[in-house]
Amino acid sequence: MQIYLPIAEVSVDALLLLGIGAMVGILSGMFGVGGGFILTPLLFFIGIPPAVAVATAANQIAGSSFSALLAHLKRKTVDFKMGLILMAGGLLGSLVGVQLFDMLRAAGQFELVISLLYVVMLGTIGGLMFVESLRALRRAKDPNALLAPRKRHSWVHRLPLKMRFRTSQLYVSAIPPFVIGALVGVLAAIMGVGGGFIMVPAMIYVIGMPTKVVVGTSVFQFLFVTAFTTLMHAVNSQTVDVMLAVILLVGGVIGAQIGVGLAAKLRAEQLRILLALLVLGVCLKLALDLVLVPAELYSFGRN
Amino acid sequence: MLRALALVLALALPAKAEETFVTGLSTEEIALTADFTGSELFVFGAIRRDAPIDPDVDPLDIVITIKGPPNPLTVRRKERRFGIWINTESVDVRDAPSFYAIATTGPLREILTETQRLRFQIGMDQAVRKVEGHPTLEDTSSFTEAVVRLREKQELYEVLDGEVSLAEETLFQTRIAMPANIVEGDYAAEFFLVRDRSVISTAQTVIVVQKAGIERWIFNLSQQRPLAYGIMSVLVALLAGWLAAAAFRLIKR
Repeated sequence: MQIYLPIAEVSVDALLLLGIGAMVGILSGMFGVGGGFILTPLLFFIGIPPAVAVATAANQIAGSSFSALLAHLKRKTVDFKMGLILMAGGLLGSLVGVQLFDMLRAAGQFELVISLLYVVMLGTIGGLMFVESLRALRRAKDPNALLAPRKRHSWVHRLPLKMRFRTSQLYVSAIPPFVIGALVGVLAAIMGVGGGFIMVPAMIYVIGMPTKVVVGTSVFQFLFVTAFTTLMHAVNSQTVDVMLAVILLVGGVIGAQIGVGLAAKLRAEQLRILLALLVLGVCLKLALDLVLVPAELYSFGRN
Repeated sequence: MLRALALVLALALPAKAEETFVTGLSTEEIALTADFTGSELFVFGAIRRDAPIDPDVDPLDIVITIKGPPNPLTVRRKERRFGIWINTESVDVRDAPSFYAIATTGPLREILTETQRLRFQIGMDQAVRKVEGHPTLEDTSSFTEAVVRLREKQELYEVLDGEVSLAEETLFQTRIAMPANIVEGDYAAEFFLVRDRSVISTAQTVIVVQKAGIERWIFNLSQQRPLAYGIMSVLVALLAGWLAAAAFRLIKR
């Protein structure tokens, strides 16, 4: 069934869109990652203009974060104070990111820069995950290896502006969460990702937050930062396609249910290798598109 | 979507043969909706004349063009730099129709002289004009050709040689496909009556293309009140995410 997307100005098969949404949903159900980093490149591949894909992905993440946040609120796994600092950084980062987005688009280099960023990011994530899951497979045989010591004191604890975070049971500087939040905000605006793949490890290893509040707190940040990013893109460049976002959301919810079921059946290490291979595959396709001689050298720019 | 058939009595140029057009279109309004997968425009008409056909003169030919509203655009060319393909030179085209179809009774360059063709600005090379390149860029022709090529691939520009059928030198008809990605606006349908490789009469009419239904509302809101549109987009996404998740919880119970 062909559907006309009013902002992207293309006709796409609605089932294909639902399928992509579902695939991203399966990923998030299986691995607990948002999946924005795979959603946006998949939208490029089916012919959605990159700028629309990025801005719409932000809108989609806002929607999927909302229901996730409700679930975390019920379980009381959100550190609001930490969340607000991450959010403050995120809003600033998003503001900067949206300006970058507009500048790159005006210069005609948006597609190139985004593709390069995705190649680097997906290559790094995919590579790390692949190595990590191979190591995990080996570690599974040696039960003692899991007990890695958590670093208690580092340069992070010497920074000023210390604050007490009751929920996380921490007394740390507000600077690292603000900076991490800002970085993630920039990525949300120019790449259409939530940024969980950076924020979650950073919260655990840099800030030292307890694992049980990490996901709820980051979802809290994603909701506000991606909602703000969506607004900014809608006002500045009119690239948010709400119809596309809703179809992806519905697909995503269906996929998430399938993903949770699948995750129960498969082993975690095998799952992670699968995800790593998928990420590396998308990375390779983007890299080839940059290097191979394009079928058409000319393209229409922003008009 | 088919509206009442509209017959347009065309204003004719004064011509010695006194042959003029009576034209019609299958629809005067095209609505772009979510399930819009393109439309086929049925263009038809008749030639009215004061005297019977002179058996000695050459047969008639007909050229019909449909031109969408112009939109300015930038064309960019990729070049290999440091091993990857990046956009380098660009050219601004200030005046190119967003849609352009030329339907004829025969190959355009055979039924019209070159001077006549240029005078009435018929042909793909006539579509893309007012080009502004970078001062260092000498030849912009490859860019204008690219516009035509890209638009032909999107089925926005089409040459339909020999697609107009003319019966008894009087009744003519053709079908012109319009793809789903056409833009809103007034589309000009022009009719040229040709004899002896010269245009002897012309007529014009307008087709209005509008985005309809919810898509039109979404598009217009996003352009005219972007802040309201942005707020709506966020709220709709939150609601959709929440509703879909809630619906699944109900199903699972």
